[in-house]
Amino acid sequence: MSALSLHLTARLPGFTLETGWAVPGGFTVLFGYSGAGKSLTLSAIAGTLRPDSGRIVLSGRTLFDSVAGVWTPPQQRRIGYVPQNAQLFPHMTVRRNLEFALKNVSRTERADRVAELLDRFRIIDLAEKRPHALSGGQRQRAVLARALAADPAALLLDEPLSALDLPVRVEMRELLREVQRDLGVPMVMVTHDLYEACALADTLVVYSGTGAVQVGRPHELLGDPATPEIRRLLHAVELPESALARPARLHIVADRKESVA
Amino acid sequence: MFSLADIAFPLRLSLQVALLATVGCAVLGVPLAYVLATRDFRGKAIADVAVMLPLVMPPVVTGYYLLLLIGRRGLLGWATEALTGTAYGITFTWQAAVIASFAISLPLAVSTARSAIAAVDREHAAASLTLGRGELETALLVVGPLAARGIVAGLALAFARALGEFGATVMVAGNIPGRTNTMALEIYNAALYGDWRSATALVAVFTLVSATLLLAANRLTRAVAR
Repeated sequence: MSALSLHLTARLPGFTLETGWAVPGGFTVLFGYSGAGKSLTLSAIAGTLRPDSGRIVLSGRTLFDSVAGVWTPPQQRRIGYVPQNAQLFPHMTVRRNLEFALKNVSRTERADRVAELLDRFRIIDLAEKRPHALSGGQRQRAVLARALAADPAALLLDEPLSALDLPVRVEMRELLREVQRDLGVPMVMVTHDLYEACALADTLVVYSGTGAVQVGRPHELLGDPATPEIRRLLHAVELPESALARPARLHIVADRKESVA
Repeated sequence: MFSLADIAFPLRLSLQVALLATVGCAVLGVPLAYVLATRDFRGKAIADVAVMLPLVMPPVVTGYYLLLLIGRRGLLGWATEALTGTAYGITFTWQAAVIASFAISLPLAVSTARSAIAAVDREHAAASLTLGRGELETALLVVGPLAARGIVAGLALAFARALGEFGATVMVAGNIPGRTNTMALEIYNAALYGDWRSATALVAVFTLVSATLLLAANRLTRAVAR
């Protein structure tokens, strides 16, 4: 059974999103042309955008079904969502930001949970700092920690690494992979970086400009793109063979590829 | 020489009226500003105009509308007569002055708070929701605190405006010495009867208070813009 399946139509001023796909759990990457609606798809899953019609099912739970009239508001979805340029709440310390996600949790349990997250994301020294005092990478780690605090049913990431410097990026990729492996939470990430997509994805969802998508393992898609458009997208740059063999050489390859790019 | 006793009553009354009007703006105006800033609903344009009208209409006109609302021959009188057999109104009381000041200063509080709330990045509210917090918690714990300076600035402006309210006040509360003669009315009285000393003292107090409040509001809103 799919961990996440959806089909939806959302009419927005100047753009209509029409898409549908289903993926098993693990690490899913949405890749494709800018403006193809990848970010909007994430918003719809998170519930900050209400589609006009369609259906979204996460791990057996129907979040949205326009025919049955089902709509779960975002605050009841338990989905960690890190939109593009996600920010911490600027008026709270890092610790308070994490605690904010832990509602209806006993004081001791909350303290334990926060301590665990601060440790996992290596921001324990920053716990009492306000967001403006943090570097980009530190902020992004804190945002991730916050999104995971309430033990979400899925984690959605919209280009979480695009604003970061290369070394931080590489480190964050490892962290994301590690989090997915350790927590087993289904993750869906949007990226424009083909290398990143192939390096992280268990399942790749490629959005073509026309709204069609192709879903599969990265090497399957690279070997057999469904449309000429998707072929152009996936073969725009020559990927090193090793990009598809995870994860041992991730560091090295990342450095080489991106120093060229 | 001039003594404070001459202006003590109008000064105290004005402060009391302006303070209560500002409390009204905080209790009703800020939630209203929040709704206007964050929601779309049917009739929003009309609600918007209704709140902002007193800012552009002459206060006397607003005062006349208030007479129709709270006067003995107005809506309140009609309602109390229907319920109790006797028509009651609250015109010509200091409470009526509070209502007049409230109506006149509300648009300032609402418009300033509204733009401060609208300026808060929507992502913060969206993040709060996806982190499991409801609409009310999001308003109170995230958007409100982030817009706090603008909201306080709006209330400071409302207080300054309420303190000097004249036109609507004179319509609904009259100008009864020792009862409803606020500072603004007292300046008018003093000037009318040639009591220049009291008039000058009141005007000086006024200018000082208004300038201070304006300065405070400017500082707060500038900090928001940054």
